[in-house]
Order: sequence, then C-alpha cells, then structure tokens
Amino acid sequence: MKLDRLLDIPGTECLLPAPAGAEVSGAFTSDLLSDVMAHAAENSLLITIQAHQNAIAVATLVGIRAILACSSRPIPADMLAAARKEGLGLYCTPLNQFDASVAVARLLADR
Amino acid sequence: MNPIPISAEQSPLLFLELLYKLRVRDVMARDLVTIRRDATMRELQRLMQARRVSGVPVVENGRLFGIVSIEDLLQALDAQRMDEPVANFMAANVVTIEDDMPLAIAISYFNKYEYRRFPVLNARGEAVGIVTARSINTRLLVELFRELARIENQYVLPLSENASCYFQTFRVARSDFENAGSAATEIKNVLQKRGLDPKLIRRVAIAAYELEMNLVVHSDGGTLTFRADEGEIQLIAKDQGPGIADVDLAMQEGWTTANDWVKSLGFGAGMGLPNAKRVSDEFHIASELGKGTTVTVRDVLPPRPLQKPPA
Repeated sequence: MKLDRLLDIPGTECLLPAPAGAEVSGAFTSDLLSDVMAHAAENSLLITIQAHQNAIAVATLVGIRAILACSSRPIPADMLAAARKEGLGLYCTPLNQFDASVAVARLLADR
Repeated sequence: MNPIPISAEQSPLLFLELLYKLRVRDVMARDLVTIRRDATMRELQRLMQARRVSGVPVVENGRLFGIVSIEDLLQALDAQRMDEPVANFMAANVVTIEDDMPLAIAISYFNKYEYRRFPVLNARGEAVGIVTARSINTRLLVELFRELARIENQYVLPLSENASCYFQTFRVARSDFENAGSAATEIKNVLQKRGLDPKLIRRVAIAAYELEMNLVVHSDGGTLTFRADEGEIQLIAKDQGPGIADVDLAMQEGWTTANDWVKSLGFGAGMGLPNAKRVSDEFHIASELGKGTTVTVRDVLPPRPLQKPPA
C-alpha cells in the first residue's frame, strides 16, 4: 500500500510525507513500545497513540516506515524533527486506534 | 621557543583546538572601563576603586591613546601629583591585540610581554575590550566544561574501529527520554555499515534498545557497551544501582516496577528483559540490591562464506 493512500481516511492529515512512493506491506497497532519492538514487522505502518519522539526511535529500530498517530494527539516538534531525520512518514488521524486499524486494513485489502 | 607557553605535546587535543578556535573577542571583557586624557589622577583613583580594576585604557571616541595602571597611580601619589592629567602618567606605547586573533596568540602575548592586560582593537582600530588572565581563564573553563558535557552526552570511548573488532561504550543517563534510543540507533548503523544480515541487525537493535531503555527507566544511570568482532556481537548494560530485588520476577513477562508516567509513554510494560533475552543467543543477568545490575547478551555471527578464488 502506498502511504499517501492514508489520506483517503476521512480527517487524516500528512504531517511529514514518507519518501516519494514509499509503501508498507502491513500495519501494527499498539501503544506499548516494547510490544512494537518485539512484534511489529518490518516495512509496516505503526498505528498508535504514542505521539512522542521515543516512538520514532522504536519505529526506526524495527524498520517501520510511517506512524499514524490516533485520536488527533498533538505531535510535538521534537517528534516531527526526529521523524524527518530518520526519513519516516508521519500522519495524524482523529480516529481512535480501533477505527484507524479497521480503515487501514480496508486500504491494505484494497490494493 | 613555543609560540604559546603551553606544551603542544602534552596538552589534550581538545584544549589545543579551543585555543585556536576561540577568538580574542570571545574571551575579552567587553564592559571596558576607560578614562579621558584630561581626567586627573585623582579621578583615576576613584574610578579604579569604584570599578575594581587595576589598569584603565585611555580612550576618547573609541580611539586608544594609552593605558594607566595602578603602578602609575602609586607613582603620582608618591610624588603628590594627583591633580595632574592622566596624559602625564599613561604609557602611550600600548601593546594591543586585534579582536579576531586566535586565543593562542593572546596567551602568547602574556609570555612575550610583561603586561597583565592588553586592550583589544576591532578592525576599525576602536578599543572594544580588554584581555586579562582572568577573562581568558573564565572563558576557557566555561568552554572546556561545555566541550566535556558535549563529549559525555555523546557516548564516550570509541576505542577502535577496524575491520575485525569494534568497541564502543555509550553513557546512558537516568530518565533521559530525550536521547533514549540514540545508542541503539548508533549500534544499528554500525552493524548496517558492516553489511550484516538485516535479521541479525534487528535482533541486536532490539536487545540494545531494551537494555538502553532499562537504564533510562530503572537505573541510576549506567553504560551500554557494544562489541563486535568476526565471531560475535556482545552488549553489556551496566549500572550503578539500585539493583533488582528479585531477578526471576524481573524476567517474567508483564512484571514491572515502572511508575505511571513512564507507562504513559509506552514503556514499563514488563517486556524489556524478556524481549532482550528472546532476541539473544546468550543472556546473562547479575544484580545486587544497592549495588547495581549487569546484563550481558551475545549474538553469535554465522561464519562468513569463503570467498571464491578469482577465476
């Protein structure tokens, strides 16, 4: 799935585009960063409520391509800067983790 | 003779670099106390007492005419000539320094000349400051502390980086969530540069991150040491306390002592140590309450395929 398709989800905004044409092959939903660390697959999208720069570090280490921050959590500037430095995409949605996961699952099935 | 009265062989490189990086304008005192030529020596005495200085440049409209020191004042006092103008006592041939000279040159001036202060001129020849041993020392100390802090915050001790063995120790501070993950990221970068298997890199990165986060969340601060050679990769997390009361409990998935605000960041789920163990070929933990904890993990590298001899 091309990451810019996330913008098809109502209300979803792109705060930082991933490198042009970047794709993910799946998604992982969790707010426990250790859980993300242990179980998220590479080349996936992280759906989470953890809008802080530690989420960027975890994503970078496990090879996550982009983060979808849920429930319109405000994204702090240091998180945005860290994502830019690591070349991660950063998206924000008003949906909660469940609804965002459902929407992303539909997009993934729709390719 | 040394151009600077400091041994270039024995001083740390960092210090010598500072001597050339810093300019005179960085170390000079800018709140310049000056006096006019037609002021009396009595006025000079009051000025020196009020501003607690022992030498005063004689300046009018930015132009430097000379310098009067406490020795000149004593001479005037002794000769009872305190009502005479400063111009009669000042030293007119003043050794000055330019504001964009390196600090090293300013220091060498203290050796070359017997003066204790040098007025500083800018490119237009205006007096803009004064350099004394005190102004140099103060600024140098500040800069040295700043450099030290910078070096400590970066990880310390990159001992060797050659083809066969890599060794690096990262300092990790308690509750430093700002830099948390930087050691693991650096380790991952090093392994990627070595062209290792991405699956293995991921395993080591996970172990490094969990150990680093444990130091941030639970320890009083410690170090994460990373060593890689042809045969294996080793990570050692060592802290100075507080130690783990029950190591078996700590190894159980889901068991945690993390507080609520740490949990709200997505940490402290009781998965750190089990995760680190799961991604390691060897895992060892030793802890003593009140002393500290040392965790060692090892990942064995697969033997490198033999290079084909050139046809």
